[in-house]
Amino acid sequence: MTKALWSPAESRRTHHENSGFATFADPDTPSYVDVDGKPDFELIQSSAEFSLLRRRLVYFIFPMSALFLCSYMTFVLLSAYAYDIVSKRVFGVVNLGILLGLAQFVSTIIITLSYARYARRKLDPQTQVIRSMAGIEEK
Amino acid sequence: MQTGNPALNLSVFAVFVLITLYIVYRASSRNVTASDYYAAGSSFNGVQNGVALSGDFLSAASFLGISGGIAAHGYDGFLYSVGWVVAWLVGLLLIAERLRNTGRFTVGDVLAYRMKQRPVRAAAANATLVISFFYMIAQMAGAGGLIALLLNVESKVGQALLIAVVGAVMVFYVLVGGMKGTTWVQIIKAVLLLLCVTLMSVFLLGKFGFSLSAIMENAAEHNKLGEAVLNPGAQYGKSFVSKLDFVSLALSLVLGIASLPHVLMRFYTVPNASEARRSVVWATWTMVTFYLCTLVIGFGAMALVGSDVIAKAPGGENSAAPLLAFHVGGAVLLGVVSAVAFATILAVVAGLTLAASASFAHDVYASVLKRGNADPRKEVRVARITAIVVGFLSIIGGIAANGQNVAFLVSLALALAASANLSTILYSIFWRRFNTVGTLWSIYGGLVSCLVLIIFSPVVSGTPKSLIPTADFDWFPLGNPGLISIPFSFLCGFLGTIFSKPEGNNRKAAEMEVRAFTAIGSGL
Repeated sequence: MTKALWSPAESRRTHHENSGFATFADPDTPSYVDVDGKPDFELIQSSAEFSLLRRRLVYFIFPMSALFLCSYMTFVLLSAYAYDIVSKRVFGVVNLGILLGLAQFVSTIIITLSYARYARRKLDPQTQVIRSMAGIEEK
Repeated sequence: MQTGNPALNLSVFAVFVLITLYIVYRASSRNVTASDYYAAGSSFNGVQNGVALSGDFLSAASFLGISGGIAAHGYDGFLYSVGWVVAWLVGLLLIAERLRNTGRFTVGDVLAYRMKQRPVRAAAANATLVISFFYMIAQMAGAGGLIALLLNVESKVGQALLIAVVGAVMVFYVLVGGMKGTTWVQIIKAVLLLLCVTLMSVFLLGKFGFSLSAIMENAAEHNKLGEAVLNPGAQYGKSFVSKLDFVSLALSLVLGIASLPHVLMRFYTVPNASEARRSVVWATWTMVTFYLCTLVIGFGAMALVGSDVIAKAPGGENSAAPLLAFHVGGAVLLGVVSAVAFATILAVVAGLTLAASASFAHDVYASVLKRGNADPRKEVRVARITAIVVGFLSIIGGIAANGQNVAFLVSLALALAASANLSTILYSIFWRRFNTVGTLWSIYGGLVSCLVLIIFSPVVSGTPKSLIPTADFDWFPLGNPGLISIPFSFLCGFLGTIFSKPEGNNRKAAEMEVRAFTAIGSGL
């Protein structure tokens, strides 16, 4: 986490020398690292980049969770209270309830894959942006 | 009824135990630091951990309990398996990555991150210990039933003795292998189990002309309910209360699985959040395959062995899969399937013991008793001693619960996990205002309400199948308390927070949030 562009000691010295004109004096200074070379969490938390990441994450995972919980509970409630509907034969002796149950398997796979794709395309790159702001070089 | 050849079964077990012990021994060579012991040095990749994760779930309860549930109750058994699959989404979407980024070894790491350390860690450890204990009893009870079937041990004393042996072997795994050894046992077992069920399913499907409908039709002919067993209601449909009980169970399943301490702890064995995500994706694939197979195996057992024979066998419902194996492939396949099932119990109980001992040593000993100044080596030693104590307690509990349907016992552990852990984890990751009081309220509110409702439910007293059949204090009608206790813990956490002062430590809160979402500051 301290893999900044320079070691903490150098960072402190830079700060000392530039104490009159703040951090923008050195254009290479990673803006979200404090004088000790540690990430400044409060600054990162209030940055636009972090808000964007949080929004992207929360706006995906909570509606998705609500969706699968609703669909699962619908299946459960139908099985418990709508005997006639789920007992309806669809083909052979396979009834609607079994098919709805198998549909839960399918929807689980779909949600899993769509989250993995979303995370790869929208979340991971944004996370990288913030991590590099904090001076973390990726291995 | 004589099933298979006890000597053959015993030797298949012995071979398996020897092989895994050797692997555990090999894996243990550098098992010295706390990180090695608790989290295998975070050295597993996403695929390995995904298989191990599914191994945690392909437990005796799910393999024996669910295939048995389908064989005995048809549709109602199948309902169980759907919950086990869907539940992974909770882990994937809400928990896995943030947990990996924030914590190091235990659930307490995450919950106590920005709260007052000692009370929160103590609460988290209490929850972990209670949940693990319930889950462990279920697994040990399964071991009793399985051994009864395989070694033809009918006497309760003989079964108790065998449960004790199982417990001892399992503690040995944990002591020698730590997380690394346990994970390897889990991986081997999961692969074997998947191969086993897949081959059996393909064989069964082939036998019935690759038609699910044909298997089910044939199955219904061998159940006393006839075709009604293919519809809901065979197990839960009798009255309003039993239907509500089923809904409660379903909710506990879907929310509890990803809140179990030994599963949460597994996310620490991978190096970073994206590997944690990858491991859940892998686990989902294996679980989908597995539970599709149990559907075939359950109905196959009903068709070929017959529900009545299964119910009368030693081990009852839990013996459906082994009996089917015997019917299909004779004594050899029975030996193999049982060895795998047996391995399952060993591996899962080992994982549970590890989670419980880590929680005690890392949260209670190092943080509460030593106030964060414990010598890491001493901490690992405390963890090992705890593992022995936990193993001993679970042997006693397993002997007491011998004969209960294991899937049902597991559902109680899941209700506890969902009540105590899920609400607290979600609040502490996603709600900035959440504070120490809220944390304590939601952990203890969920845990205590759940325990109280279990004690006063028909599970403990009032019916002939209860733990204490002679007593009668079952004023709470549901067998599973999740429907009440899960929302209750969310409510407790909310009320506790808004009726107390904010934590006031914005710096730490910002640190946790940034770390949870981006892993900055975790060194990953």
